[in-house]
Amino acid sequence: MLWDWGYTWEILPVLAGAAIVTIEATLVGFVIAALLGLAFAILRMSPSAWVRLPVGGLVEFIRSTPLLIQIFFLFFVFPKFGVTLSAFTAGFLALGLHYSTYCSEVYRAGLENIPKGQWEASIALNLSPWVTFRDIIIPQAIPPVVPALGNYLVALFKETPLLSAIAVLELMQTAKILGSENFRYTEPMTLVGIFFLLLSLISAAGIRQVERWLKNRRG
Amino acid sequence: MEASTSERPAAAEGGVAPMVRFDRVTKRYGALTVLDDLQLDIAAGEKVAIIGPSGSGKTTVLRMLMTLERIDGGVIWVDGEPMTHMPGPGAAGSGSLVPASQRHLRQVRGKVGMVFQHFNLFPHMSALKNCMEAPVTVLGLSRKEARERGAELLSMVGLGDKLDHFPGQLSGGQQQRVAIARALAMRPKVMLFDEVTSALDPELVGEVLTVIRKLGAEHDLTMIMVTHQMGFAKEFADRVCFFYQGRIAETGAPAELFGNPENERTRQFLSAVLEAG
Repeated sequence: MLWDWGYTWEILPVLAGAAIVTIEATLVGFVIAALLGLAFAILRMSPSAWVRLPVGGLVEFIRSTPLLIQIFFLFFVFPKFGVTLSAFTAGFLALGLHYSTYCSEVYRAGLENIPKGQWEASIALNLSPWVTFRDIIIPQAIPPVVPALGNYLVALFKETPLLSAIAVLELMQTAKILGSENFRYTEPMTLVGIFFLLLSLISAAGIRQVERWLKNRRG
Repeated sequence: MEASTSERPAAAEGGVAPMVRFDRVTKRYGALTVLDDLQLDIAAGEKVAIIGPSGSGKTTVLRMLMTLERIDGGVIWVDGEPMTHMPGPGAAGSGSLVPASQRHLRQVRGKVGMVFQHFNLFPHMSALKNCMEAPVTVLGLSRKEARERGAELLSMVGLGDKLDHFPGQLSGGQQQRVAIARALAMRPKVMLFDEVTSALDPELVGEVLTVIRKLGAEHDLTMIMVTHQMGFAKEFADRVCFFYQGRIAETGAPAELFGNPENERTRQFLSAVLEAG
């Protein structure tokens, strides 16, 4: 028998529970990626080379090394320096850190598209650099890059199975355990695929809603 | 920019120190000298029109005064204070000045306001919000005070019924009037107008000039404008400066400069401009 419905219904609740872990890792990871990415993008615009160059180097370094290595590094190597993280914490931190570098490139494009006149008007009105970013630059730079950020949300989500490598009980790891316990992989792996498909479609629809909301808000 | 010596502007015979002094100011872009040893005093309340061919450095004068450009030599004084520089450490009274820190710039810059050729309004804010942003975040006004001030200024420029309109919903002339109100909301002592009608359709130029005229008549503002509107310069300005190749080639009352230009370059420029239109 290629497909066992009884087994399917039996493992579905277990996988649904694991899907919650996947969603949590995705959301926490993406919040980190979005905030840290913005910070990186702004720091890379600093007039001081002492800030700009090290941050730029760090971003390039993280972006150019594999996520899996970063996950292993946080989980297995950090304890050697006295920083012990749970598998879940190491997982979402690595996802957030890795994707923050992609987000920072997206923000950078948004920031560079702000016309020079906006900066000059801010200087002429004597706005502080902080207020200039908060009230003038960021509100104009972010709405156009929301679709690109949304793509990275979905991409980050699809990379969460990497966390199975440090035994986070997310969808993939749970499916592997179910498969090896019952010697049946067809159902758990298929269900994992379906979960990912559904959640990707839902988040893509959500991103479109956010885009529409941002567009309407401008009046 | 290097340390400089420059005398605090003293009171002239009239008994009033100049509001703005360019003291031997030089600006270069690479090998190109845009402004060469500029010496210019502008009295409080004076209205100065700057004219000249493109590339003569006239817009650079305003951009330096707004601190949008760093200068390469000399000192700019505003209202008796060095703007581009500040007194050096332990050298009070010695006249030795060091380049201004960001903090110093922010203190002095508030005395100057600027209106740009391309308006540069904040497109994500209503006309009123454009006028409230800086008074709230820089001057520390309450939102209520800032709203009152903004609404008052917007009605002064004839836009009392457009407070909640966004820049994209306004014509060029209306946008430029919002930009004037926005600059005035900071209560500057010196207002700079950088070719403020150049980006406008001809039929919208009048409404902006009317507002500037009104400002000149009703407020005690020092006004410096770079303009291509010779008719307006002639009628409005107390003094006209003709810039040519980074220097003031000729300066004088509008009647003299337009009626009887002494400098050959001024004559050529004026006849070219008048011919064109």
